[in-house]
Amino acid sequence: MFVVAGLIFVSLTLALAFLAAFIWAVKSGQFEDVYTPSLRMLVEDAPPKPLSRDQTRPHKP
Amino acid sequence: MSADATAQESANLRPGRRPAPPMETFKYDNHVVRAFAIATSIWGLVGMSAGLLVACQLFWPQLNLDTPFTTFGRIRPLHTNAVIFAFVGNGMFCGVYYSLQRLCRARMFSDALSWFNFWGWQAIIVSAAITLPLGMTSSKEYAELEWPIDIAIAVVWVAFCINLFGTLWKRREKHMYVAIWFYIATAITVALLHIVNSMEIPVSLFKSYSAYAGVQDALVQWWYGHNAVAFFLTTPYLGMMYYFLPKAAGRPVFSYRLSIIHFWGLIFIYIWAGPHHLLYTALPDWAQSLGMVFSVMLVAPSWGGMLNGLLTLRGAWHKVREEPMLKFMVVAVTAYGMATLEGPTLAIKSVNALSHYTDWGIAHVHTGALGWNGFLTFSMLYWLFPRLYNTRLWSTKLANYHFWIALLGMMFYVVPMYVSGVTAGLMWKEFNADGYLRYTNFLESTIRLIPMYKLRAVGGSLYLVGVVLMIVNLYRTAKAGQFIGDEETQAPSLNPAATKESSKLGHRWLEGVPLTFTVLTVLAVIVGGLIEIVPMFLIKENVPTISSVKPYAPLELLGRDIYIREGCLACHSQMIRPFRSETERYGEYSKAGEFVYDHPFLWGSKRIGPDLHRIGGKYPDAWHYNHMENPRSTSPGSVMPNYSWLLTQKLDTSDIGDRMRALRKVGVPYLDQEIQNAPKSIEIQSKKIMVNLAAGSITNAPPDREIIAVIAYLQRLGTDIKAAPAVAPPIKTAQLNH
Repeated sequence: MFVVAGLIFVSLTLALAFLAAFIWAVKSGQFEDVYTPSLRMLVEDAPPKPLSRDQTRPHKP
Repeated sequence: MSADATAQESANLRPGRRPAPPMETFKYDNHVVRAFAIATSIWGLVGMSAGLLVACQLFWPQLNLDTPFTTFGRIRPLHTNAVIFAFVGNGMFCGVYYSLQRLCRARMFSDALSWFNFWGWQAIIVSAAITLPLGMTSSKEYAELEWPIDIAIAVVWVAFCINLFGTLWKRREKHMYVAIWFYIATAITVALLHIVNSMEIPVSLFKSYSAYAGVQDALVQWWYGHNAVAFFLTTPYLGMMYYFLPKAAGRPVFSYRLSIIHFWGLIFIYIWAGPHHLLYTALPDWAQSLGMVFSVMLVAPSWGGMLNGLLTLRGAWHKVREEPMLKFMVVAVTAYGMATLEGPTLAIKSVNALSHYTDWGIAHVHTGALGWNGFLTFSMLYWLFPRLYNTRLWSTKLANYHFWIALLGMMFYVVPMYVSGVTAGLMWKEFNADGYLRYTNFLESTIRLIPMYKLRAVGGSLYLVGVVLMIVNLYRTAKAGQFIGDEETQAPSLNPAATKESSKLGHRWLEGVPLTFTVLTVLAVIVGGLIEIVPMFLIKENVPTISSVKPYAPLELLGRDIYIREGCLACHSQMIRPFRSETERYGEYSKAGEFVYDHPFLWGSKRIGPDLHRIGGKYPDAWHYNHMENPRSTSPGSVMPNYSWLLTQKLDTSDIGDRMRALRKVGVPYLDQEIQNAPKSIEIQSKKIMVNLAAGSITNAPPDREIIAVIAYLQRLGTDIKAAPAVAPPIKTAQLNH
């Protein structure tokens, strides 16, 4: 069935696009720090000093 | 900027450190957030009122008001579209536009696009609210809108995508918080789903035929339908959960690592689960199994997400007592957990054998819609309004009342629907000691369910009352406060080169152009390619696999289009599953090869009335005539609306040629001669039906009314296979696995 093949193709393309996004995210260090982002989003805007960009080592929970 | 200067100085004092980036001052756009919030509330009220109306019509058929525009078949899609795309859609945009700006520490990419998104979306909703009651529908569930509106949706959605990615492009926060990932997945996937499922051949401005036929159309539709739930109702709301829940609880999400796993796990699995809507139908078995397996796997990431949400409140449960917003959030996340456990359960074939076509599905979707989407939306609005208006919530007490009324309403909705679903499922399958169906008449189950439908309406009313209380509360909150339209804030720049406010707009815009352009080009290429390629393959595909299955005659085609217009498939399925209980009741089970000319497929997903696939030849023409005029005259206790206008409205045959030519483009083999002779064919077939009607002592019926076409279609349904040669077993020839 063409449509089944088509849908699998479309779904795979999408999955591959997400995979590429995932690889990009990992490579660019998006997930290196899996603790401070959850704290940073709590900080209201315009903090006196950015919390973690210079601070590569995360706090231990 | 003195703060800026001190920050830079202090950073420079420390050796080995890069200088701190300069601070930038900018404003968050709250105007568009407020607009979406108001739209959410109003459309919520409208969509749920429509839902209450259709709920009441099921035990009180007079509420169909005997007009075409207010019957169940036309209002039900209005309800589902209004709740999904108007209420949840606006709620989603509201949440995204608020949280994205703050998570990116940047104003939305373009104010113009924000407002285009807002007004475009409202225009689409209004056009849906006009066209659906008028019977302009593609009949595909949650994708009923006709092709011009489909194009509008695509355009507005692309505008949203550009705005989203543009904002990401100019963000001042390097790390993209997990909520943003959920938003990205939503934006991309919804665009793709919508385009693939909306492939259709226009006949006129407000009529089109699906490019796909039968089984293929069903598969595409439910690939879309399931993923609409996944990527429209779930992923954006999960992103909102990950933003608003920690914010309101004042503590970080339980495990940020888990949230990342939740996201990636969810999006890789979700897209394959669609076929669980077609279990035991004519869809190839392997596709059904694939859908089932992936659906069961979905429980893992879903529950990871739910637990992550609930555990965020560890040590903060006292806040739930005081903060109504958190109460709503807790129920929303719990409902998400319940629905995502129930979903995989229902996707198991043996469970689905009982639950499919019953109210169990209705209960399931309302756990999701009322519990997850509704409660999360309320939670967000209660949190947002005091912040947008720089004040406190007008009445915490009233919000608490809303919470308990809504919770009670949800319970009164869901529990009766479970009872109703299981009751109907069991009644349809029950055999007596002699091996005959215990309840031979479908009406017996309909009548048995009516008390449950009444209770459900009570639940729906309570839920609606809660929404009214919320609107009052939010209105008074807004009155008491002062709206902050452009919220000024500061954040350090990510890109030191583009600090100057004056150069920012032009420079950043230029940076964004190649990206935008690429996205648009790719999209255009895909759409263009699909339009070119798809029909070509489909024509080949539609070679009939059962030789006796023929395209519809012109009159039958017109009747079928009226069937679509009236939304008959909201209550009647056309897909007999291969169970003895169904073949005894309805006749031979449905084969894939029987639907090769069905553009669109009309299998339906719910049996409020009986299946119609083998209705052809079951009753005389006169029975249908009387039944349509007043269903209770032939079927006492029926809850079907009267379709008296079918008896009086003149059948429009003027564009039959256009309709046949459009169908030919997507692979139905109508000959030129057949198209030329269509008016003649209509006349001849009508005359035959008139004779049959006269035999049933209906002598005063005019020959050129819509009812004649409907009868022609109904009498044709499912009969082709009976003309098949007895030697060749139809089961094998029907297989589409080639």
